[in-house]
Order: sequence, then C-alpha cells, then structure tokens
Amino acid sequence: MLDFPRWKTIGISLILLFGIVFSIPSFLPEKTFDRLPSFAQVKVNLGLDLAGGSHLLLEADVGDLQKTQLANMEKTVRAAMRGERGADDDIAIGELSTAGDKISFLVRDQKQLDEARDRLFKETRGAAMTGQRDWQIDVIDTTRLVLTPTAAGQKQAVANAMDTARDIIDKRVNALGTREPTIIRQGDDRIVVQVPGLQDPQQLKDLIGKTARLEFRMVDTNADPNEAAAGRVPVGSEIVPYAEGAGAGQSFEVLRRQVMISGEQLLDAKQGYDGQSGQPVVNIRFDSGGSATFAKVTAQSVGKRFAMVLDGRVLSAPSINEPILGGSAQISGSFSVASANNLAISLRSGALPVKMTVVEERTVTPELGADSIRKGAIAGIIATVSVLVLMLIVYGRFGVYACIALFFNLFLIIAIMAGFNATLTLPGIAGFVLTIGAAVDANVLINERIREELKRGRRVFQAVELGYSEASRAIFDANVTNVIAAALMFWFGTGPIKGFAVVLTIGIATSVFTAVTVTRLFAARWLHAKRPTTITI
Amino acid sequence: MRLLKLVPEDTNIDFLRWRKIASAASFILVVVSIALVAVKGLNLGVDFVGGQSVRVEFPQTMPKIDEIRDKVGDIGLGEATIQQFGSDKAVAIRTGLPEGDKAAADRAGKQLVDGIHKAFPTAHTGSVETVSGKVSGELIRTGALSLVLAMIGISIYIWIRFEWQFGVGALGRLFHEVALTFGLFAVTQLQFDLNSIAALLTIVGYSLNDTIVVYDRVRENLKKYRKMEIVPLLNLSINETLSRTVMTSVSVMLALGMLLLFGPDVIFGFTAAMLFGVFVGTYSSILMSTPVLVWLKVGPQSFVPRTSAATEGAERVTRKDDGAVV
Repeated sequence: MLDFPRWKTIGISLILLFGIVFSIPSFLPEKTFDRLPSFAQVKVNLGLDLAGGSHLLLEADVGDLQKTQLANMEKTVRAAMRGERGADDDIAIGELSTAGDKISFLVRDQKQLDEARDRLFKETRGAAMTGQRDWQIDVIDTTRLVLTPTAAGQKQAVANAMDTARDIIDKRVNALGTREPTIIRQGDDRIVVQVPGLQDPQQLKDLIGKTARLEFRMVDTNADPNEAAAGRVPVGSEIVPYAEGAGAGQSFEVLRRQVMISGEQLLDAKQGYDGQSGQPVVNIRFDSGGSATFAKVTAQSVGKRFAMVLDGRVLSAPSINEPILGGSAQISGSFSVASANNLAISLRSGALPVKMTVVEERTVTPELGADSIRKGAIAGIIATVSVLVLMLIVYGRFGVYACIALFFNLFLIIAIMAGFNATLTLPGIAGFVLTIGAAVDANVLINERIREELKRGRRVFQAVELGYSEASRAIFDANVTNVIAAALMFWFGTGPIKGFAVVLTIGIATSVFTAVTVTRLFAARWLHAKRPTTITI
Repeated sequence: MRLLKLVPEDTNIDFLRWRKIASAASFILVVVSIALVAVKGLNLGVDFVGGQSVRVEFPQTMPKIDEIRDKVGDIGLGEATIQQFGSDKAVAIRTGLPEGDKAAADRAGKQLVDGIHKAFPTAHTGSVETVSGKVSGELIRTGALSLVLAMIGISIYIWIRFEWQFGVGALGRLFHEVALTFGLFAVTQLQFDLNSIAALLTIVGYSLNDTIVVYDRVRENLKKYRKMEIVPLLNLSINETLSRTVMTSVSVMLALGMLLLFGPDVIFGFTAAMLFGVFVGTYSSILMSTPVLVWLKVGPQSFVPRTSAATEGAERVTRKDDGAVV
C-alpha cells in the first residue's frame, strides 16, 4: 500500500495540478477571464440565488392548444369539402359541429361519402413513430363522418408546439439583451426560463407570457348593438372584448370570425411614436402576400372599420378612410415605451403556438445574491479553518497531511464543476461544507486506525499501511451510500436540491481521492525518507 | 508534541447495557415527533403549499409585525404569514394565491410587491418566490419520493454488503433520524421547504456513514473473535470506533456551526436541520444502531459460508442469549 511507483506519483501530481490550474479561472475577474486562451475559459456558474436573477417555470395550456387544433381542423374540413378552385367538385355537407373533442358532419349525398373520407384522410398525418395518424376518421350511420384526434397525434402536437414555443421564447428573451439566459423544456408541457442578473422579472413575464397572436378582422356592421349586448350575434361573427385601457367607453366589438391577415404574414415590427399624439406605438410591415390582401380588403371596405386583435382582445378598431396600399400599419393602444417595445419583440418573434402561464417564479435581487455569496464564503472559510485547526491538534503531522489534501480537494471540486459548467447554488455552499466533513471523516478513520494498530504493538510502517488498507473498506461503503443519496437527489430533485447534489457527488469522489490517495502519498514519502521508529499520532 | 485526544485512549464502556433504555427513549421521541407533526404541523414554505413569499428589508426601523400583517392583509391576498428572517430588519411575508385561477401565479407576485412598496415606501424587496398549487403538489411528491427511495436504496445496499439484519438496523436508524428531524421542524416551526428535503437527505447519508463505520467494525470483529458473545463484541466494536465517531461529529458540527453563525440567513433552517441531524446521528451510532443486531441474532455465522451457517445457527438457538428479549 505504501509503494508508489513513479508513474503513480506523476499521475497523482498531474491530477492535483489540473485541479489548481482549472479552478483559478473561476476566481479571476471578468476582464482577465476573457483574455484567457479558450481552453482555460472554464468557470463555475453562480446559481440565480447567488448571482441574482429570475427563474420562471411556464406551463402550456394544453386544453387551449387542443381547442385551436380543433378549430383549425374545422377550417380544413370546410376547405377540403369545397374542393379545388374552379373544379366543380364540392361536396355538400351539413350539421358541421364540434362537440367535446370531436368534429362531426353530415355528407348530404351518400355516394360522396367515400370521396369525402378520402379527402380528409389526406389531411391527417402520421403521428410520431406509432404508425398512428393524428386524426381518426369514423363513419357513423352511413351518412356522418366523425373526426377524433388520436392520443398519439395530440401528444405529438403538444411536443411540436413546445419546441416552437421554446424557440420563440428564446428569441424574445434574447431580444431583451440580457446575458446568458437559459431556456429549456422540462417534462411534457413546461419550459424553464432562467435569466441571471435580471432586475425586473415583471418585464420578462410580460414579454414571454404573451402569446402575441395578432389578427386583423373586419367589424361586423350588421350586428345590432342591443342584440350583441345580450350576447346574440349574427352567424359568422363573435363578440371580442377590448384590451385593458383600450376601447374608449366600449367594452367589446362584434367581429367577423374570418381573419383578414394574421401575424404570420408580418415582416417586421418596431416600436415608434405616433406622428400626431407622440404616443408610443408599434409600426408593423406585412410581407407581399399580406400587403396584397390588406390592400384588397381595405379598397373594398372604405368607410367600414377593421379591428386589430391581439391574443383575443381588441387593441383598436379604426375606420378605413382610404385603401392601405404600402403594407404597413400602426398599432396604437395605451402603450408605454417599454410595453410597445415588448409587443414589437413579441410580434417579431412570432406567436406562441400555445398559451403559457407562469406556475413558478423565483427572483433574487443581485444585492441579496451578493450578500449571500459573501456570507457563504466567509462562513465556508471559517468552517474550513476551524476544522483544519482541530485536525492539526488531534493528529499532528497526519493532520497536516489531511489539511493539505483538503485544500487540493477544494480546488479539484471547483475545477471539475468548472469543467462540467456546473452551477454553484446556495445549498451548494452547504454541500461544500459537508464535503469537508466527509473528507475529514476519511482521514479520521485512517488516523484512528493507525493509532489502534500502533497500540497493538505494530511497527510504524506496518501500522500506517494497515491503517490505510483497513479503513478503506469502511470509507468506500460509507461514501457509496452518500453517492446513492446524492444521485437520488439529482434525479428527483429540482432547483436547489439538484445544485446541492452536484456539489455533493463531485465532492465525494474528489474527497475520497484526496483523503485516501494523496495523504497516503505524503505519508509514504515521509516514511521512506525518515524511516522513523516512532510517530506521534 | 502531545496531541489532543477527544476520547481517552482506552475506553471500555458498556454501551449495550443501556440499550433498552436508549431504545425506549428513542421510541418515545419518535412517537412524540410524529405526534408533534400531526398536532402542530409543519411550517410549510411556498414550495410545498403554493403561494408566494417575499423577503422585505427595512432600512431603519422595522414596523411592528402586527402592523405589517394589517397592511399586507389590505392588499387583498388573504391572511399573511410573517416571519422574522435572520437580521432584525428583514421579514419574509407569505401569502396564498387566489384559488382555482391558473394565471394567479402570473399576477400575484407583482400585486404583493407593489402593495408592500405602497404601504412601506422605504422597504426593499429582496427576493420573490411564487409557486402555483399544482407545482407545489408535484414538489411535495418528488421530495417525499426521493426521501423514501434514498432510505430504501441505501438499506438495500447495506443488506447486499453486509447481512439483512444490518439492513434492517440501518433502516430503523434512518427512520429514527428522519422522524426526529421532522419533530424539530414541528417544534421550532422552522420553514420546511425544498432545502429542508435536501437537509434530510444529507442527514440520511451522514447517518449511514456512521452506521457503516460501526457495522464494518462489527463484521470485522465477528470474523476475528468467533467465540465472543454478541453483546461484549458489539460493545468492543462501539468502543473501538468511539474516538472516530466523536472526532468526525465534532468536526462536522464545527463546520455546520460556523455556517449557522456566519452563513447567509437564507440557509439557516437548512443548516440548523443538518446540525441537529448530525447530533442525533452521533447518539444513534453509539446507542441505537447495534441493539437491533442483538435482537435479530447476528452472530459469527452471519459472515461464514452458508453451509455451516445452518448448523451453527441451530446451535445458537439453544444457547442462552441475553439479548433475546424485548
């Protein structure tokens, strides 16, 4: 046990050197860090609880997504039955209705039933790897077709929507210009957004919580205001409420269901100011298809009103004084510069395919974070020093070895965490302290064992050797149990628990190495050099 | 140089003599802890009940708690829980979320922070946490699951590495430590949140550390002194590992104590729980983890090949074993 071949000594020294070299960047100020060669640009990230910042957990409204899907399918059905433009191949249908999550309709001419079925089949797609299609088509009573979304199809739809949503949120957050945001999917229907150093989480929430589904729709001028107030509107129209602060006395508008132009046809959106009032507005520009439609519709409807609808709320409903030909428009509302800017960002990045709500929010101000890390570091140093002093007065020379090993241990943990780009959280600091405890325990076990063996009358060399070999078994078992606990914390834990588990796991591995191997190397070299006949331990 | 010995060089304390008293005491403490949790309940943080929590610091003098409570009540988010937090100028204010509203978590944080700023213009809000009811339910489930799985996983490992009796002993001890720590949370009404679960898991890991050191020595002695009665053998094992147990506990408690005194107040509860756990753990490793081995009849046959175990085990049943009571 006390024989260290040259290669082993070199190997151990290299590992320790690695620990020191790669932990240094984490302590350097930012400017110096940026000047390092790229391979050395590794550092421990500070968690939001230490650096300050915001953590948001967003959950998709899956029910809302399914409703949208159903509405889209209804449109698809109508279009498919209408057939190709020009060709005289319409299929007459009736009683088209959506009930629950099903769409059902009547094919008037029974001979066309198979044709109708075939046309719809073309509109369904394979869902994932199951071989299932995303909609199931059934024939009922030989005249009626029923469309039901399949479970696989729905799952796929949610997964697709979440991927898109993640990308869109990513674009929106990055447009804010904040540093190193983390945006990741979690589970089936959630997205975690973490933005370090962010002062005002409200702006972030406003920005990413917005679906930003923009629609231009015509105001239904045929609707009787009194009927509408009672909730009755003409077929093909619906009541849409005004957004907060908009509407000038009116609380809703009756709008045609048909969407004239939607946000997908936007080319650009920028925050600007209204020429007359000086109020913040959002200037938008449509792509060529959108411009053409806009021009056509406004030319036909001079004197009528259209409405800009954002996320199901009317922002404004101006009259069309003249055809709008350039393909640009202005969205006004009761905006502040910031909220207009937010809207512009949201519109530019596109509409979220699904409504997202914040279900968990954690914000720590940078001052509080800095305070925590200062106190944590001070406490960590005091803790380390007091344990070292205790080791020293209890085990003498072997205590010194343990102390040196402990320092190497701290460097190694930091180096490995930096290598993995792991995050240090507040509980992580406690994990550090506990690691010190574990490392000390290994040395205590070894040193106590050496004492025992000496007491039994063994010679120094043999006692030290036995001390290490006999204690190793207990050290191994004890640490495996800790790894089990840490692994479970990592798998099942969230946020702070995970951070703690990471430090603990890395710490256990490095502390076993430094407490057993490194101290043994020191002890062996000393014993070989001095060949003492007695030792104080 | 004379080195400090925390424990005298040769101890020969008959710890097992107190095993019935210690076990009875532990049993009572566990029952009391469970009862306390049932009666007083835990001061669950927003992680587990949902709701929101804001840390508020006052620059000069802090208003009376009642005044804060009144003003926060006026915001209209229901009854607030107000807790002093580390320094004497900071409090944590906790309120619930409107029920059944999915977007509640979205808005409520701002509502509370704005309300506080309006009521106390000089106050400074440090951190805001909002957790919806659904998420908090999941956090409870995953937290409890990781705790239970850790206990079972570790016990299985010990069973594989040692013998089943040791696994049972370890599990019993874990239950003891976890129950008592829950009791501590109930008595002190320290906030029980996700960090507390991390603390519990650490206590579980630490206790096992201790148990294994003692058990490892028992196993070694069982092989070494095959003729020795089980009770003296366990006493010997505990005494041999005593100085290690004390030294490690003292150094870990020292480190945690420093963290408690000088560390950030955000992890006060976390550190306090661990400190308590280590303290209970030390008592357990000395007085709690071995009696089980007597009652479950661990003997030299436990670590010899199966064939002879059957016959030797049979002999032992007839022998007068002074541990076979209770």
